[in-house]
Amino acid sequence: MDLLTELTILVLAAFVGFEVISKVPNTLHTPLMSATNAIHGIVLLGGLYLVGPADGFVDELLCVIAIAFGTINVVGGFLVTDRMLHMFRRRD
Amino acid sequence: MYTTTASFLQDPDFIRSLYIVAFSLFIYALHEMNHPRTARRGNMIGAVGMAIAVVATLLIESVGDYGLIALGVAIGTAVGVPAARSVKMTAMPQMVALFNGVGGGAVALISWAEYREALELGANPELDALIPILFAAIIGSVSFWGSNIAFGKLQEILPGRPIQLPGQQFINIGLLAVCVGCAAAIASGTESEGLFIVILVAAAILGNMFVLPIGGADMPVVISLLNAFTGLSAAAAGLALDNVALIVAGMLVGASGSILTMLMAEAMNRSILNIFKGGFGGGGAAPGAGDGEEKPVRSTDAADVAIQLAYARKVVVAPGYGLAVAQAQHTVRDLADELEKRGVEVRYAIHPVAGRMPGHMNVLLAEADVPYDHLKEMDEINPEFPQTDVALVIGANDVTNPAARDVADSPIYGMPILDVDKAASVIVLKRSMNTGFAGIDNPLFYAENTSLLFGDAKESVQKVLKEVENL
Repeated sequence: MDLLTELTILVLAAFVGFEVISKVPNTLHTPLMSATNAIHGIVLLGGLYLVGPADGFVDELLCVIAIAFGTINVVGGFLVTDRMLHMFRRRD
Repeated sequence: MYTTTASFLQDPDFIRSLYIVAFSLFIYALHEMNHPRTARRGNMIGAVGMAIAVVATLLIESVGDYGLIALGVAIGTAVGVPAARSVKMTAMPQMVALFNGVGGGAVALISWAEYREALELGANPELDALIPILFAAIIGSVSFWGSNIAFGKLQEILPGRPIQLPGQQFINIGLLAVCVGCAAAIASGTESEGLFIVILVAAAILGNMFVLPIGGADMPVVISLLNAFTGLSAAAAGLALDNVALIVAGMLVGASGSILTMLMAEAMNRSILNIFKGGFGGGGAAPGAGDGEEKPVRSTDAADVAIQLAYARKVVVAPGYGLAVAQAQHTVRDLADELEKRGVEVRYAIHPVAGRMPGHMNVLLAEADVPYDHLKEMDEINPEFPQTDVALVIGANDVTNPAARDVADSPIYGMPILDVDKAASVIVLKRSMNTGFAGIDNPLFYAENTSLLFGDAKESVQKVLKEVENL
């Protein structure tokens, strides 16, 4: 994909993000932040890409740490958000 | 035509389609976050999107070394799951800071690994990949170290007060210049891993330097900004790796973090630049604090508070971070239950910066089983104060200070506040007569309709609860 196509996607994503997130109420800002936190853990994919072609100890080490960090970010982020949102309920 | 299922699954177009599904699910997940009723499902949809993105990547032909992948994922799961399960809701800001930090760290490491790989193949990457790599390295490293410092401050491993070196701003500008200078040298053709490491290290020091001078009360802004940084660095990594899911997901987070940063700065009526110059939360005599004379305050006791509350029609609780520190949220909910049994309407007025991160107070009260429709945002509750019989201020100070509204030369003038002083009667639960975080005197305490109940917030509420039960 050429850079300009990617930049187009980037800019559109920014506007979509602003629209969607402006509608989230203050009440949910902590879970919102923790969920978006989990979403940026998607950098994990970068580690998956690079570990295959990597050879040599340093390259492999960098990739494994990156994958571990990304996994902490993703798994921990979604779990903790779920824990928080579970508490938001109406009184019966 | 495909001869086997395997070759279909490995078709780059199929994999790209999966990425489109994944980022669509992320957007839908964030859309579902617009109401407490649907938010939990939204979070799960986001997790499904993530699973699809990971599986799609594992299908790619060049992705291999599954042993190492499993090792990384296993380590990450072993650390992330117990942390997420056991963290206390009061400690949520530092947990989010930590998760944010590892995300930034992953971005920095990936950019480094990618640069090394390009050098091993014999040359710098093409510019359209190289520039995002350099950007990701700088911002990822700043975010990793900045988040760690924020974690340290929130966890009270590091002192919460601002730590500042003389000429700090020049040091920061110098560090940024080193990062940009080295990045420009690499971009203009120098092939050097050494320079790349200099960038990572300078950005690391910059990350430390820029969070250290920021006081504890400004943490909601810092955490939001670091969140935006990690998102943007992930989007940059997406540009470098030609991965649409990364670009969109990173940018969504960048947008979210930016919005929250602006909202938090607005709620404190301070420019983001001003916050990063630091020093505000540093204590010391702020103007307006010391006019020298002792002003009379009216102190009250639990029995009187109980009577006022029990015979009110409407009570609004204004909680501040002091309530969370005293762990009083459950006791407050018990008191509210008791009052509601007597027909009193109880609502909670939540200032945007009532906790240590955006929306933190709402989570703490939700944990104490306060129904979310009783949690009112500032703009929603302020018009209701004139019809409120009793405003109960617990562990909050600056966010209720009428000087922010009325005194033009007050340092917090212009900051939006909860108009608790407009209630018929105001009861402030306070540990002592110390000024708040900003070190500014609060005229609310001397107002005619205000009485103060001194003591630990939790103990005071317990005493009031007992008195109400005995009425």
